[in-house]
Amino acid sequence: MNKTSLNNLTRGILRENPIFVMLLGMCPTLGVSTSAANGLGMGLATAFVLMMSNIGISAVKNIIPDIIRIPSFIVIIASFVSVIEMLMQAYLPQLYSALGIYIPLIVVNCIILGRAEAFASKNNIWQSFLDAVGMGIGFTLALTLLGSVREILGNGSWFGWSFVGEDTPTMLLFIMPPGAFLALAGIIIVVNKLRGVK
Amino acid sequence: MAYIMIFITAIFVNNIILSQFLGICPFLGVSKKISTAVGMGLAVMFVMTLATVVTFLIYYTFLRPYHLEFMMTVAFILVIASLVQMVELIIKKTSPALYQSLGIFLPLITTNCAVLGIAILTVQRNYTLLAGICYTLASAMGFTLAIVIFAGIRERLERTEIPAAVKGTPIVLISAALLSMAFMGFAGIAY
Repeated sequence: MNKTSLNNLTRGILRENPIFVMLLGMCPTLGVSTSAANGLGMGLATAFVLMMSNIGISAVKNIIPDIIRIPSFIVIIASFVSVIEMLMQAYLPQLYSALGIYIPLIVVNCIILGRAEAFASKNNIWQSFLDAVGMGIGFTLALTLLGSVREILGNGSWFGWSFVGEDTPTMLLFIMPPGAFLALAGIIIVVNKLRGVK
Repeated sequence: MAYIMIFITAIFVNNIILSQFLGICPFLGVSKKISTAVGMGLAVMFVMTLATVVTFLIYYTFLRPYHLEFMMTVAFILVIASLVQMVELIIKKTSPALYQSLGIFLPLITTNCAVLGIAILTVQRNYTLLAGICYTLASAMGFTLAIVIFAGIRERLERTEIPAAVKGTPIVLISAALLSMAFMGFAGIAY
């Protein structure tokens, strides 16, 4: 694999992590990260849509007139979202009901349209695929991390595996709405320190 | 009475931003000044109500009778995107003054998940058209309320000395957390 390809693949994982660095796709990030499993499920669903739409858009980019570019992208993305929505409803009904309204809302996730516009509409299929894989991994990791922090602090468990006693008080606040903002703020502080941002 | 309940619940108890996390992007993005926050709030209120009415009619006249419910996501997002474009054109032509103040927010609204989210929720909850409009208006008011309060907080933050480690995004998120906590106090009135 040459240098550009590797660069495209790894960019989304840390350096331009969609959540911690670019702050894209905040709604599902904050909304579904109440547990590590939900975060992982949402991350994978979004990564799937991102991959398919990046490939699709990159494949048809030359036949779409510039002026209707954005609406066409949205239709392509929405079709893949419907696909994943139906697949989830059929095979993962539990996750489907846990994620609820946020599944159709993958359509308006700025990461996907953002990558389509900024990357897939200018690059070939293979590079777009690599970019989507990287961004997808970055998004999934970030969501799982945020979900883990919230589940561990708020519920005393990780992926449903509880490690505190039944009646130990936990910081319930972290699985409630304010906890989403607080946990994300905490993680971003740490990430900024690691990246050496002043 | 039912309508009043829908109103209060949607504005305070289940505030669209602070407890449902819809429309976070504009909430964090265009909340630096109170005046722009008000403009964004009004634009959202207008587009959201229009979008809910149109998607509601489309759902019950086309999608439902022909068993095309699975096309909901695709149909709704297309309708909303073209609606926003149309509103932008009409306002530009008929009222340049209004366009000056609201125009810049309109393109942003297409990717505002609150608009699509509320349209889908209205259908999913089996509201009647009137209840749906009521719910949408109240949600949009909740959006405006939250974003305007938040802009007020951020205007003061500008003039405060903040520790270097939390400058920028973290302090914004922490303020949002505090505001969200304040709104949790309303949870008591839900029944």
